[in-house]
Amino acid sequence: MTHLDIELKSLKTDMLEMFSLVKNQLEKTKDALTSLDKDLAREVMVNEKRVNGFELKLDRDCENIIALLNPVAVDLRFVLAALKINSNLERVGDIADGIAKFVLNIKLDVEPQLLQTTRLVEMFEIAIGILKDVMEAFDKEDTALARSVFKKDEVLDEINVDANTAVAEFIRANNDRINQSLYTLSTIRKLERVGDQCKNIAEEIIFYVEAKVLKHKSLSQKEELPGETKN
Amino acid sequence: MHKIESKDVHLYYGSFHALKGISIVIEKNTVTALIGPSGCGKSTYLRLFNRMNDLIDNVKIEGQCLIDGKNIYSREINIEDLRKRVGMVFQKPNPFPKTIFENVAYGLRVNGITHSTFIEERVERSLRQAALWEEVKDKLKKSAMELSGGQQQRLCIARALSIEPSVLLMDEPASALDPISTAKIEELIYELKSEYTIMIVTHNMQQAGRVSDYTGFFYLGELIEFDTTKKIFTNPTDTRTQNYITGRFG
Repeated sequence: MTHLDIELKSLKTDMLEMFSLVKNQLEKTKDALTSLDKDLAREVMVNEKRVNGFELKLDRDCENIIALLNPVAVDLRFVLAALKINSNLERVGDIADGIAKFVLNIKLDVEPQLLQTTRLVEMFEIAIGILKDVMEAFDKEDTALARSVFKKDEVLDEINVDANTAVAEFIRANNDRINQSLYTLSTIRKLERVGDQCKNIAEEIIFYVEAKVLKHKSLSQKEELPGETKN
Repeated sequence: MHKIESKDVHLYYGSFHALKGISIVIEKNTVTALIGPSGCGKSTYLRLFNRMNDLIDNVKIEGQCLIDGKNIYSREINIEDLRKRVGMVFQKPNPFPKTIFENVAYGLRVNGITHSTFIEERVERSLRQAALWEEVKDKLKKSAMELSGGQQQRLCIARALSIEPSVLLMDEPASALDPISTAKIEELIYELKSEYTIMIVTHNMQQAGRVSDYTGFFYLGELIEFDTTKKIFTNPTDTRTQNYITGRFG
C-alpha cells in the first residue's frame, strides 16, 4: 500500500466516522422530539461542537493530501468529493442542532394530531434512512444505491409541500397553538433540507466513482444507468 | 537527545560564504527534505553530516554538527566510523562494476566481515529493505550494470543499508530516474524511516511534500524556514518560501 493509499484509507475511515456522528445526531433529535426529552436535546447541542470540530479536521486532512501527495484521477475526485460531502454532513449536523434547540424551547408537548397530519415523524424516518443509504453508498462505492436517493428525496419534498395545508388547517382549528405549529413547519423545512444535502452527497459519490457530473440535472437524467466511463 | 543537530554552522569555500549560521534539529526516524534553488547551500549542508566537504580544498567550517549528541567535527571522531553510521545515496546511480551480490556485500567486506552466511543474510535483508529483492533474487551473480537506472539506484540504497547506518543522506536520489522508478524510491523512503533517520535534498517540491515530515527551505546560504512539511506546503511563514514552492521564483 502506498503512502497515498494509506492516507486515502484513513480519510475514508474518518469520513465514515463523520457520517456516523451526524446520523446519530439526527436519530437522537428525532427521539428528543417525539418524546420531548430535553436532556437528549441538550446532548445533541453539546455534540454539535464535536461535529464542527470533526469537519475542520477533515477539511485539514483533505488540504494536506492535496498539498503534499498530489492525488490525480480517481484519487483526486475522491478527495474533492470528501471535501464537499464533509461540508454537506456538517450542514445536516446544524439542522439536527436547530431542531434540538426547538425541542428545548417548546413549552408544551407537540400535538399528536399535528405530528400525524404533517407526517413529521415519517419524514424524520425517511431522512434518517436516506442518510444511512448515502453512508453505505459511500462506504461500498455503490452508485446504484446513491442513485436511489434521488427518488426517495422526492417523498420528502412532497411531505414538505403537503405540510403547508396540514399546518394551515391545524392553526385554523387551534389558534392558541400558532407557535407550536410554526415550529413544526420550520422543522419540516429543515428535514426537507436534510434530503437536499443527502442528494448532494449522492451526486458527489457518483462523481468520484464514475466521473459523472449530475449537478443541475433532472431526476430522469440522474437515474440513467452508469456508463462505462468508470476508472 | 536529538538524532541530528546543527548549531550556527557557517561554511566557507575560500572566500565564498556558502552556509550562513544554519541551526536545525532533526529527530530520530523522520524524513527531512532540504529544498531551495541551485546554489542555495542545501547539498553543502547535507554533505556536512558525513564530512564529505572535508575532501574539498579551502573549506572552512564553523559551528557544531552533532549526531546522537556528539560533535562529528571533534578530533575524537574517526571518519570511517562516522561513515558507517551515516550512509549516502547520490543523484546518479553509481554501482560498482561487480555483481549485484558483491555490490551490496562490498561494504561488509571492506569492514573485515568474512562470514559467508552472515554476508548472505545481510545482502538479502538489505535488498529486501530497498524493495529490490524480488526483482534480483534469481540473478545475484549478474553484473549490476545490467540493471535499469531505477534498479541501480535501489541497489545503491541497499549497498548503503548493508552496513546498517542509522542516518541516510540522499542527494537528489530520484532526479535521474523515470516517474515509475521515482515513485518506487519515494515509497521506499517512506518505509525506511521506521528504521532510519533520513535527510534528502530534492529539486522536486512535490517529492518533498510526498516523502518528508519536515522541510527546510534554503536560499543564498541561509535557512529561510524550517517547519513541518504540512506547514511549509499549506501555510509557509516566509513570503520567500511561498514564492519558491509556488514556482514564482527559483
